Amino acid sequence: MSNGTQKNEYVSYLDYQGKYKGIMSWIMATDHKRICLLYMYTIMSFFFIGVLLGIMMKLEMITPGKTIMNAKMYNSVFTLHGILMIFMVVIPGLSAVFGNFFLPIHIGAKDVAFPKLNRFSWWIFVVGSIMAILSQVLKDGPPDTGWTFYAPYSTSTSSNVVMATAAAFVLGFSSILTGLNFIVTIHQMRAPGMKFFNMPLFPWSLYATAWIQLLATPVIGITLLMLIAERAFKIGFFDPALGGDPLLFQHLFWIYSHPAVYVMMLPAMGVITEIIPTFCQRQIYGYKAIAISSLAIAGVGFLVWGHHMYTSGMSDTARWFFSLLTFIVAVPSAIKVFNWITTMYKGSIDVKPPFLYALVYIFLFIIGGTTGLLLGSVATDVQVHDTAFVVAHFHYIIFGGMGFAFFAAIHYWLPKMYGRMYNFKIANIALVINFIGFNMLYFPQFIIGVQGMPRRYFDYPAQFQPAQITSSIGGFILLAGLILMITNLVKGARSGAPAPANPWNGSTLEWQIPSPPSLENFDEEPVIKSNPYDYK
Amino acid sequence: MVEHTAHIEEHRDDEASKLGMWLFIFTELLLFGGLFLVYSVFRMQYPVSFHESSLELSVAIGAINTVILLVSSMTVAMALTAIQKNNTKHALIFIGITLFCAAVFLFNKYLEWGAKFHHGLYPGSELMQLLDRGHHLYFSLYFFMTGLHALHIVIGMTLLFVCYFKVKNKSINNKDYVLLENGALYWHLVDLIWIFVFPLLYLIS
Repeated sequence: MSNGTQKNEYVSYLDYQGKYKGIMSWIMATDHKRICLLYMYTIMSFFFIGVLLGIMMKLEMITPGKTIMNAKMYNSVFTLHGILMIFMVVIPGLSAVFGNFFLPIHIGAKDVAFPKLNRFSWWIFVVGSIMAILSQVLKDGPPDTGWTFYAPYSTSTSSNVVMATAAAFVLGFSSILTGLNFIVTIHQMRAPGMKFFNMPLFPWSLYATAWIQLLATPVIGITLLMLIAERAFKIGFFDPALGGDPLLFQHLFWIYSHPAVYVMMLPAMGVITEIIPTFCQRQIYGYKAIAISSLAIAGVGFLVWGHHMYTSGMSDTARWFFSLLTFIVAVPSAIKVFNWITTMYKGSIDVKPPFLYALVYIFLFIIGGTTGLLLGSVATDVQVHDTAFVVAHFHYIIFGGMGFAFFAAIHYWLPKMYGRMYNFKIANIALVINFIGFNMLYFPQFIIGVQGMPRRYFDYPAQFQPAQITSSIGGFILLAGLILMITNLVKGARSGAPAPANPWNGSTLEWQIPSPPSLENFDEEPVIKSNPYDYK
Repeated sequence: MVEHTAHIEEHRDDEASKLGMWLFIFTELLLFGGLFLVYSVFRMQYPVSFHESSLELSVAIGAINTVILLVSSMTVAMALTAIQKNNTKHALIFIGITLFCAAVFLFNKYLEWGAKFHHGLYPGSELMQLLDRGHHLYFSLYFFMTGLHALHIVIGMTLLFVCYFKVKNKSINNKDYVLLENGALYWHLVDLIWIFVFPLLYLIS
């Protein structure tokens, strides 16, 4: 009865009444847009718990020695902070939230390839998260191994390592199935006329990310199973006291966990690649280079894991090999940065919050990336391995990079997702506060790291205190900025002015449909342009 | 509104289904690949112990199990051909034989493991703790690898049971058989994994 050309009456996906009512219409949702929101609310909740744990650490670090907690508790706090942030926020983060919402729309599809599998992925995510929370409260106490679970401490400590690693295993399934879903979606469900090189660059980044999720996650899966078996049966895979090899654990762990950082980063770069052309009203510079560089980062990213292990006792040959490849993998990332900046040249720039967040992203990513080169070079890494320098590096990259890209994405796409606009002035003020707070929080860590401040230590010599206090104050400023930002966004989503279909004059497909979109996204056949960024 | 919902759920893409199953199979290959990597590391370290320990396994039972799985892969492929030719009766028989083979495999596994348990050899046992490093690692890997594989046999059997009932109620038929195709593909994977596990554990003497 309803064929492709018939125009259906518009009902926003938020108002659509299907088989289920009330809360069940959310829990049982197979609509990729609703699943996006489900992920977003769960992930943002875990993010804020992670932030509070970070604040607790910053409070502790205000004075040497015990300030508000003892050493064992500090270990548990940074372990949970890492587990939450890595497994429950930044790995699913951009893919499961904005990937879910916008991948089908960007390629002109009604939904992902396997909507029920998509829903199942979210359910598993919730189960894994509950298991992670359980690991905190069961009788053996929260794990204190760090999120990296290095043997032999992880094989011998009496804390709830098994429950925490089992939680990570379950969360891994969610990641694998999302990756699988996205690969099939991109291969099979592009609208007629949209070849791979007609896709926008956000789907390209999601495509590269999905392959990493699919191929790398099983390796951490088997590694965690072996860790659990080792604890349960005293086998001796990793524990040297039982004849095992602790380095074997590190290799297996990082064979996943390095590619995992590209799972975090590639969609972030994809978001920035969408925002810049829109707010410069200009074609992206070097479309093919950016598309291929995403694949290159994914591919080469599988070959660099040893740079986390330079001081572990690996051979010199291994060390120079991994260092060489680490420098090589930096090249495609740099290509993207050059292309973003070049896109701005002679552009007609519209200084709105998403663009400002994108600029801040580029700034923080450059700092994070170049300090990564310092870490990638064996000679300098030996000085700063396991110091606060590393902590600052990865927070600049993950938080300053991917985190701020996430904020950029919300500011860019909120009007489309909710059909409402937020207050620009408050968004910009929050951004400035975030920027100041972020740099105050993490930059001092570079300095004291080089000076010898170790990571994961709750105690330190008095000479580091001024920097620690500065860092902690920065943390509070950042917290204030985050709260202001979120409050503004929530207010906008709930009661902001109605947003038009295309508030930013964007050219990709999501801006050709109403805000918010209807259930099946395109009530009329979308017009597929061969160049997704055709601004003239 | 009802047409809307029906429209989305009617979306059928066999190529997408098959691609999805192939991708899932890649993840399984990487899962077992990691395990085989660990096996090779420890075998390189303790070649003599691994060789000695493998003498404790019955090559005969292992070989019989290998043949059983190969036959079962053949019968599940025959079931697929049967359904493509609209021969429901034969399809059901062949799926049934496949499931029977799988059950026999598991029964043999039960006999093998049972024998080891009877001698006090099981993960975490006192005897295991007394073994030296190489032997301990070999038997731990033996239980881990065959155990994880047996779990996948059970998963495969579950898929095939579902296929059996769907063939019976005609939701898998000669016009729509991608579910059976995928189930058979998964079964071939489970067989393939055993083809690697068998020589690594049984034939290194």
